[in-house]
Amino acid sequence: MSYQQGLFPVLSKGNLAKNIFDAVIYCPAIAQEARPGQFVHIRIPSHILRRPISIAGIDAAAGTIRIIYEIRGEGTKILADIKAGDMMDVLGPLGHGYTMQEPEKKCVVVGGGIGVPPLLPVARHYGHHTTAVLGFRSAQAAILENDFEKAGASVVLCTDDGSMGRKGFVTSALEELLQSDTPDIICACGPTIMLKKVVEIAQRYGIPSEISLEERMACGVGACLGCACKINRDGKEIFLHVCKDGPVFSGEEVVF
Amino acid sequence: MADLQVNFAGVSFKNPVVPASGAFGFGREYEKLYPLSALGGISVKGMTLNPKDGNPPPRIAETPMGMLNSVGLQNPGIDAFLEKELPELSQKGTVIIANVAGSTVEDCVEMVRKIEGSAVDMIELNISCPNVKQGGAAFGTSCESAAGITAAVRKATTKPLMVKLSPNVTSITDIAKAVEAAGADAVSLINTLLGMRIDIQSRRPILKNNVGGMSGPAVFPIAVRMVWQVANAVKIPVMGMGGISTAEDAIEMMMAGASAIQVGAAIFTDPYAPVRIIEGMNQWLDEHGVLSVSDIVGTVQPW
Repeated sequence: MSYQQGLFPVLSKGNLAKNIFDAVIYCPAIAQEARPGQFVHIRIPSHILRRPISIAGIDAAAGTIRIIYEIRGEGTKILADIKAGDMMDVLGPLGHGYTMQEPEKKCVVVGGGIGVPPLLPVARHYGHHTTAVLGFRSAQAAILENDFEKAGASVVLCTDDGSMGRKGFVTSALEELLQSDTPDIICACGPTIMLKKVVEIAQRYGIPSEISLEERMACGVGACLGCACKINRDGKEIFLHVCKDGPVFSGEEVVF
Repeated sequence: MADLQVNFAGVSFKNPVVPASGAFGFGREYEKLYPLSALGGISVKGMTLNPKDGNPPPRIAETPMGMLNSVGLQNPGIDAFLEKELPELSQKGTVIIANVAGSTVEDCVEMVRKIEGSAVDMIELNISCPNVKQGGAAFGTSCESAAGITAAVRKATTKPLMVKLSPNVTSITDIAKAVEAAGADAVSLINTLLGMRIDIQSRRPILKNNVGGMSGPAVFPIAVRMVWQVANAVKIPVMGMGGISTAEDAIEMMMAGASAIQVGAAIFTDPYAPVRIIEGMNQWLDEHGVLSVSDIVGTVQPW
């Protein structure tokens, strides 16, 4: 695993939904190394801590990565103001991503809200063997449905208020799906409560799951030990770190 | 090219810039970006006698031009360091400073005994960690306990002994004088300042530990003041730290009286911060016709 830090040009910048933006960054060496589920650590002007943003698209041939982020606080608000042509200070690719099995395997990705973007490279890998269960608050917050379809996935879209797709949570859609289908792997990213439920369901149906965690982070590379998460490994509960050991962990070993 | 080499408490550093304990792990993560031999030294992650889990998350909170951490000395223990990290690390061509943060005097004594025969170049006795219940800052907030642990560790090691001081005290100069009298070869300061942030929506502290150590550029003026006061109060050398993020900050800290400096939180903003600071210092010294970096130490002319 190798990573680098540098200033890279933003090729394009878009607005996917209210307060949700995407940017394509030209950084060939990072794009070359990046794997689904990894993240980049982006420096924010006048701020001490970088912001970890998951990688939503990898185009090694074009030398680009795509990031998608939501305004959550001061840092992402500043990031929302960047424009095509600006330079971005990127450290990456970082972390341990999703295990990529043979592309013929059947994969279900389960994403909630801003947890959806890192699953897009996973869907690209498994292509039409992917079912994407994507959940959003409402139609206004829904993103990437077309991208997942273009990747070959069959999309089950859920909204909390029923304004688009199915009304209800992704977890009930997942459960329904598993009653008639047996995927080889479930990959998930989203709110903790959703992840916990996804792991419970996956375990009930005997399907391995991998989930991406989030934690307040400083160094991003595994040195400062700031972003601890409790993991049950070899029968012992230990603190591992989201930035280096994760962000993706096997669902069975995460202690919620 | 100015001479960046410094002699600090009998140890030769090729330059005065040292990544601070806790910000740099054991160097492995940053070696992927630049050779560790570029650095004056490395103060490794604070260690305890036995492996330590640290505090529950969240452990990090951002503050205006700074940050809080409550990592709580998560570390693999001194034996793992000596067996798994040091053999390789000691070959990197940089000074290795072992940060010893035992929870009792006995633990610290046992740790420096284990270190005694090793390739470690210097010991940094951490009596100032604000994030642990036992030991840590409890040692560093009274002259008696600071002197007591320093004397006990002094007897147990022949390695150069630097004591890392807490700023969360009424008089840091009194503590510095106490550890000097107890046999310390140097002091390093400042460790983090105790701070707190609250999420006003949930009315919960952001850190699960409620409080944590503050670092980053916001603490720099406090660190400069304390280094200046301590450097004027003791004869042993001072390694200055606290919010240094540029070469100019490093020069300022040395003018305040630091003979060498450490860089912590700045590494999170820019992983190359230590090497950029080294390059920048070199350039500044050349531009100002200073032949040796040691010539600027303590040269502030107070009003």
